[in-house]
Amino acid sequence: MSGPAVIRNGGKLPLSQIPVLTVSDFRRDILDSVSKGARISALFGSPTGENIRLIAVLAWRDTGSISVLSAPVQKSYPALTPDCPQAHLFEREIFEQWHVMPEGHPWLKPVRFPDSEKTSDMGVTNFFQIEGEEIHEVAVGPVHAGIIEPGHFRFQCHGETVHHLEISLGYQHRGVERSLVNGPNSKSLHFIETLAGDTTVGHATAFSRIVESLAGIRAPARAQVIRGIALELERMANHIGDLGALAGDIGYLPTMSYCGRIRGDLLNLTAMLCGNRFGRRLVVPGGVGYDIDSENADKIAARLKSAFRDAESAIGLLWETPSVLARFENTGALSRETAVKIGLVGVAARACGLQRDVRSDFPYGIFLLSHIPAATWESGDVFARAFVRWQELQRSYKFILEQLAALPDGAVRAGENPPIASGHLAVALVEGWRGEICHVAITNNEGRFLTCKVVDPSFHNWFGLALALRGQQISDFPLCNKSFNLSYCGHDL
Amino acid sequence: MLKVSKVRLQQGYRTMKWPDGPAPEMPPHFTGRPVISGDCCNGCGDCAKVCPTGAIAVADGKISLDTGLCIFCGKCEKACSKDAIKFGNDFRLASAKREDLVVQPGNDMTPNAYSEAIHKLFGRSLKLRQVSAGGCNACEADTNVLGTLAWDLGRFGIQFVASPRHADGILVTGPVSKNMELALKKTCEAVPAPKIVIAVGACAVSGGIYRGQEETHKGVAEIIPVDLFIPGCPPHPATILDGLLRLLRK
Repeated sequence: MSGPAVIRNGGKLPLSQIPVLTVSDFRRDILDSVSKGARISALFGSPTGENIRLIAVLAWRDTGSISVLSAPVQKSYPALTPDCPQAHLFEREIFEQWHVMPEGHPWLKPVRFPDSEKTSDMGVTNFFQIEGEEIHEVAVGPVHAGIIEPGHFRFQCHGETVHHLEISLGYQHRGVERSLVNGPNSKSLHFIETLAGDTTVGHATAFSRIVESLAGIRAPARAQVIRGIALELERMANHIGDLGALAGDIGYLPTMSYCGRIRGDLLNLTAMLCGNRFGRRLVVPGGVGYDIDSENADKIAARLKSAFRDAESAIGLLWETPSVLARFENTGALSRETAVKIGLVGVAARACGLQRDVRSDFPYGIFLLSHIPAATWESGDVFARAFVRWQELQRSYKFILEQLAALPDGAVRAGENPPIASGHLAVALVEGWRGEICHVAITNNEGRFLTCKVVDPSFHNWFGLALALRGQQISDFPLCNKSFNLSYCGHDL
Repeated sequence: MLKVSKVRLQQGYRTMKWPDGPAPEMPPHFTGRPVISGDCCNGCGDCAKVCPTGAIAVADGKISLDTGLCIFCGKCEKACSKDAIKFGNDFRLASAKREDLVVQPGNDMTPNAYSEAIHKLFGRSLKLRQVSAGGCNACEADTNVLGTLAWDLGRFGIQFVASPRHADGILVTGPVSKNMELALKKTCEAVPAPKIVIAVGACAVSGGIYRGQEETHKGVAEIIPVDLFIPGCPPHPATILDGLLRLLRK
């Protein structure tokens, strides 16, 4: 048996170099790798004529490398999930997309209900139920009370205590992955920019790096820096918004009011880069759509300083107010062991003490030269998820100011994009504000996408929220939910 | 307590003066309402070829641009060798009629958004329930931002409420994914009549980039009648607020 093919973040390899294993070797290799510290970044099916080829993309933090392995399957294969819980949603997705049965999967329920139109059973599934005299069930959604996306939450409660939460999504399904097949074309980047609109820069960066890798081009240094600035502005805007919303969920109005406004200031800074508050049109294959002139760079830096001063005092109130800490601490705690087991990523993983950050583990672009240390906290609770955000805000702030002051000279676009390589696989990881974004593309013999796999961090983390609710009071659900703040459309695609 | 007061003083009064004072400054590269110059356009159709949503139509050597389908990516502006299309700074895009969103050469009028009937009913108080039906969370975020103290939507008597039973209408984002169709209909039915429906963003107005996807509809109007269309991808918060205010003529 040959070893798996190994690439770096943003690398590509010919399909012929990806080992094709038997299913049992494939399973054993993944289980071995995970026990040695690898994490499943993506696990999906890709069509090969009559059959489906399972592809696993494993991320190795210690070496900063990504290994790729594959196995052909037909109608079924023995599921990984019983031995490797972090595979659970990937295997449900494989079953839903390709009708390949992961035998022995303990929880083989719909992921996105892609065929609900034909079967008219959207959201209908055999929800897990606890039985008992005083057990009651609470159903919430798909339409929620705030201005947020739709999803269904089913709680099994005894009194106020939640014993089990089941999260059933798919309401936002728009067929993004399917529509990327046969691309890239004039719509591809727009699907990517809107697959999770609050992470436009993160996803557009991952996708652009995939196209660049397959086309054999590099975004110029100046573009890499602008992408880094935009990514950290996106992180800052969302983290500030989340800290404000967390304050709102516990009725602490000063921080809520200030942060809501300051978040808008940060979005306006992204708009100063490209005209759009969410970074649309900014990151494009080959570089960035807009340059920053020095006058604009100075303006952005000055406004960022002023917004950060406001954020510092608004957020500082949280850590000094006993009633806030009393609600944040020990609420919705996840253990480090659980986080490892279920493959948590991003803020939620770092709040369990795990050093997991693409920027430092699998650095690319500007992060190869300018390091942002991963921020962690050990307690795994709402406090930890809030405090990690605050630490990250400070680091992103410093990073952006440094980069604005030292923009390298040169162009912001590589020339025209050449055609992309046929018969290749490329992987790009980006640390979006929620966590690891993984894009994988496989091209056919004509140099078009045969398969595009998009893994938003939310795909890994929704199950973390479900587990965090166990043993909590149901009234703490909004607070716990906001502390994860996961994407519905990023999951539903 | 002293610290809270100190921070309060530092944060200051931050609600914008607009619409009584100057409008918020739009950023450089902002793509607002497009203007087509009839004199420059030779009808070559280069703009239509690069449009990812098919928002540009060429007929009789003239082009028209449907801002309801447009995602304001600006590709047509770059593709035009005659400088016939210019995305301006005007953020006032909302329209009561779908057809008024189509920009013709030489016409840079702001479309009408006012409805006398709606003004009479809800001119002094409008409570809205928001439904995201396949929205990407950008339209949702820039609607949500109107509730912050910078925009202070409440000062106009407009408020987002938690229950459709408390609402006078719904504000919908997203192309209406088929998986949200039933929930959208039920939410709309739960709003007591008379009620209004507002579609925010290219997806909700026309399907936008998702128009033609088998998993989605082509916007809200396919499911329920719409009283106000607010284009953009996503619309700037000023575009959304301007639409709401012009609908009620505040």
